[in-house]
Amino acid sequence: MFDYNFHWRPVMKNLPDLLEASLLTLQVSVLAMILGIIIGLCLALTRLHLKGPLYWFASAWVELARNTPALFQLFFFGFGLGAFGLHLSPYFIVLMGLTFNCAGYLAENFRGGFQAVPETQLRASRSLGMTAWQAYTRVVIPQVFRIVYHPITNQMVWAVLMSSLGMLVGFRELSGETQFFASRTFRIFEYFAVTAVIYYVIVKIILGASRLLAARLFRY
Amino acid sequence: MIEIRDLHKYFGALHVLKGIDLDVQNGEVLSVIGASGSGKSTLLYCINGLEPIQQGSVIVDDTDVHAKGTDINKLRTKLGMVFQQWNSFPHLTALENVALAPKIVKGKSKAEARDIAAKQLIHVGLGEKLDVYPSALSGGQQQRLAIARALAMEPEYMLFDEATSALDPELVGEVLDTMRLLAEEGMTMICVTHEMGFARDVSDRVAFFHQGVMEEIGPPGQIFGDAQSEHTRKFLANVR
Repeated sequence: MFDYNFHWRPVMKNLPDLLEASLLTLQVSVLAMILGIIIGLCLALTRLHLKGPLYWFASAWVELARNTPALFQLFFFGFGLGAFGLHLSPYFIVLMGLTFNCAGYLAENFRGGFQAVPETQLRASRSLGMTAWQAYTRVVIPQVFRIVYHPITNQMVWAVLMSSLGMLVGFRELSGETQFFASRTFRIFEYFAVTAVIYYVIVKIILGASRLLAARLFRY
Repeated sequence: MIEIRDLHKYFGALHVLKGIDLDVQNGEVLSVIGASGSGKSTLLYCINGLEPIQQGSVIVDDTDVHAKGTDINKLRTKLGMVFQQWNSFPHLTALENVALAPKIVKGKSKAEARDIAAKQLIHVGLGEKLDVYPSALSGGQQQRLAIARALAMEPEYMLFDEATSALDPELVGEVLDTMRLLAEEGMTMICVTHEMGFARDVSDRVAFFHQGVMEEIGPPGQIFGDAQSEHTRKFLANVR
C-alpha cells in the first residue's frame, strides 16, 4: 500500500542552494512590505480624507487587491503587462504583485488604525500650536503604528508565504528553486517537505523578531 | 485681552452661538455656566480657532483669530486649553507629554524642554510621576498632566472645557485645586464648568449661557444671589 522510498540525499545536496534561494524570498518579501506600508499608508489617508478621482483610484486598488486571487494579481504584472509589450523580469513581477497585494490589505489595517485614535488627540495637539503635520507625525501616527503593528506582522508572514507563487512566473525564489531541483530528480515530495520546513522556520523567526521588537517599542 | 464681537457659529443648520459679545481682561477668571448644548464649549473652540466661525470676530491681544493671514499655530501657544477628555498622549511618558510641544513648536532644545516639563509637572503636583506613562495615572492625575502640558507653552490665557466633568467624584478636588492655584497666580482663565462651588468662589465674573445666547454676566454674588434672568434662576435652582 505504501511502498514509496524516501531519498533525502539529493535534497541535502541542494540544501545550500535552497537556503540561498530563501534569502531571495526574504528580500523580495521585505521590499514588498516596505513599499506596501508606504503605499498602504497613502491609500488609507486618501480614502479617509479625499474625495473624487484619487478616492476612487485608492478604493479600486484596495478592492482589487483584497477581493481577487493573489495569483491573478501576479499574472497581471507578468502575462497581463506582457500582452501589452511590457516585459518585466520575474523578480519585478513578484515584487510588484506582492506590493500591490500587501498595500491593499495594509491600507485597510491603517484605515482602521486611524479611526481607532480619538479625534480629540488631534485637537489636543493642535491646541498646543502644532501644525497638522506635526500632530500627525508625532501624536497620531505613532499610536496608529502600535494598533497596526501585529496586523503588519501577519502581513509580513503572508508576504513570505505568498511569494511562493513566484514559481509560477518563473522566479527562482525558494519555491521556484525547489521546483527546479524537484523536477530534475523527481524527488518532489522530499524537496517540498524540506522547503516547507524552511518556510516554517523563516516565519517563526519573523514572529519571534516581531515579538522582541514590540517589547522594546511599546512600553506603554 | 480677549475681545469677542457679535460671534455667530453654526453647525450646519444649527445656530449654536447667536451673537456673543464678551471681553475678558488680563488676570480675570471667568466661569461660563449653562446647560449642555448651550454653546459654552463651542465658545472656547472659537476662541482658539479649533472651530471656524460664520460671523463676527474674536480678537486676542490685537490679533484676529479667524482672519486669513493669522498664524494660528503661533497664536495658539498663547491660549492653553484643557479638555473634558484629558487627551494625554498615551505613547509618551508624563515628561515627554509635556516636553513635546515646547520642543517641536517652540524649538527648545531637548534639555530645555525637559526642564520646562519637569518644572510644570512639579507645579501641578506630579513631580513623582515624570517617567510614568498616562495609562498608569488616575483620571485626576491625567487631567493635571494636561494642565501642565498646556502651561509648558507659557500661555497667557487658559481655556478649561469642563475639565472635571469626566472625572470620578473623588478626583474632582485635586483638579479644582490646581485650577485655583493658577487663578491665584494671576492666570487669565475662561472656565466652562458645572462646578458651581468653583464658579462662585474663584471667578471674578460668571457668565450664564442659554441656547446660544449669553443671558447674563456678572460677579458671582449677583449671578448666584440675585440673578436677573428667569432662565438663570431656573438653571441654578436645578443644579443645586
